[in-house]
Amino acid sequence: MPTIVTFAEVRDGKVRRASLEAVSEARRLAGPLGATVQSVLIGQGVAPLAAEVASYGADRVHVFDDAELGSYATESFARALAQVITQEKPSVVLVPYTAMGKDVAPRVAARVGAGLVSDVVKLEVKDGKLEARRPVYAGKALATVRWEGEPQMATLRPNVFALGTPEASRPFETVTGTADVSTRRARVQSVQAAGAGKVELTEAQIIVSGGRGLKGPENFHLVEELANALGAAVGASRAVVDAGWVDHQMQVGQTGKTVSPTLYVAAGISGAIQHLAGMSSSKVIVAINKDADAPIFKVADYGIVGDVFEVLPKLSAAAKDLRSRH
Amino acid sequence: MKILVAVKQVPDTATQVKISGSDPRTIDTAGITWIVSPYDEFAVEEALRIKEKKGGEVVLVALGPDRVQSALRSGLAMGADSALHLKDPLFESVDTLGTAWALAAAIRPLAADLVLTGQQGVGGDNSQIPGLLAEILDVPQVTMAVKVEIGEGKATVEREIEGAHEVWETSLPAVISAQKGLNEPRYASLKGIMAAKKKTIETKDAASLGLKPEDLAPKTRVVGLELPASRPGVKMIPGDADAQVKELLRLLHEEAKVL
Repeated sequence: MPTIVTFAEVRDGKVRRASLEAVSEARRLAGPLGATVQSVLIGQGVAPLAAEVASYGADRVHVFDDAELGSYATESFARALAQVITQEKPSVVLVPYTAMGKDVAPRVAARVGAGLVSDVVKLEVKDGKLEARRPVYAGKALATVRWEGEPQMATLRPNVFALGTPEASRPFETVTGTADVSTRRARVQSVQAAGAGKVELTEAQIIVSGGRGLKGPENFHLVEELANALGAAVGASRAVVDAGWVDHQMQVGQTGKTVSPTLYVAAGISGAIQHLAGMSSSKVIVAINKDADAPIFKVADYGIVGDVFEVLPKLSAAAKDLRSRH
Repeated sequence: MKILVAVKQVPDTATQVKISGSDPRTIDTAGITWIVSPYDEFAVEEALRIKEKKGGEVVLVALGPDRVQSALRSGLAMGADSALHLKDPLFESVDTLGTAWALAAAIRPLAADLVLTGQQGVGGDNSQIPGLLAEILDVPQVTMAVKVEIGEGKATVEREIEGAHEVWETSLPAVISAQKGLNEPRYASLKGIMAAKKKTIETKDAASLGLKPEDLAPKTRVVGLELPASRPGVKMIPGDADAQVKELLRLLHEEAKVL
């Protein structure tokens, strides 16, 4: 029976949502492929998380639970994942396209000789083989990609694949793996977490981004306040990142992050082509700009021609009010 | 200290992408301005800064058709010492893994202390070469670096990922990939541009790298390319700011159902 292997990333003691999306997608593909689903958990104290991973569709969970794996190191994690692939000979390997997935997947692919397709937004089974769709040029085009041979390895964009309904009573089997931690030539020395409650851009359901229309860094709090009111992550255009108003980590666009939230609010962003590339796959786009001819309105679903200094505070207040009622 | 920088030539980020009429799996390259992938420029800049501090040599390597030489020239004009151009009809259909094998075959005999490259090639956006290369070369990797400090046989690398700031330590040789925030790449000076004209770009084909066609056989293949579906069109919300805000929230809540 063919096998699908997924990598279940754990962060701060929790299985990340993107990992559960990967298991859910594996479960969906398992039907047409007639496959079983196996997931790999790596870390310290991760064994109790196997049940949650299984509830989304894993039939077997490989657990590498070791104090030496408490902090992420590319080489030991890659070895553990490659070990499962070598042993189980899966036809499909799915890894979330998170910072960790991005770091570890290529290493694993080279180790097991798998063709790897990055940042996939859709998977389909055609004649028993996978076909992937992925944005290229930051979403200015969509490529359809197929594999030659197996395993067919893919990293999946977070927030795109639907989460399945967990079934707590789903039977599963746990396999305890022993990781080779002998080679860790590169490793984390220290981690400084960002502010608590801060929502990560690529995983955010709602993003509020600000651009040059805010006129200066001292006004960027208007964007942050709306983000707070909506429980959203904060993004920015390249212009304001390059001007040093905000951290480059917040840049949305072709040389920043490509995002696909449910709701994207662009405030004072004109919509340069490289910005549009990074956000036009958002489900619903709201644009607020004083220039009615701004290109951002061409991709928006709802447009407000207006002054961000007037609209944003009113919107923040009203959004806070709406959220408190629902 | 010998530093290898793998660079990729990509279409300018302002490019309006069109599908090629002759091969619908590729983009129409007519009129495209080719640039060094912005992340690779950070890598070249970092290599030059390390060389300025520690001494040594910066060697560029790029894979692709003849036009790739202009990307190598721009890196040489910034101050790199020499460049390798990997060119072969066999490279035309390679995927990321094949590209990494070719780059690794070129880099391995040079015994570099450090391999720098961008975290992704803009356009393909695969973010694979750093990890593939590190595994094939059997060296450690630190990806998405925003700060690199070279010590004795090791490097301290800071990376910013998903809201966390991490400090890594790696032994050298290693592959380190650059992300935005690492540095501000310099502009080539006129003197640099003139000097670059005299620097050597050595060309190597698959055979001279010891690569056989089967090493380069692609494991993934693009079978189609299309432009994204156009968006449904905008609904402009009229009225003063109060009315606009009220109506927007109503639409987001009742029509789009996203709030």
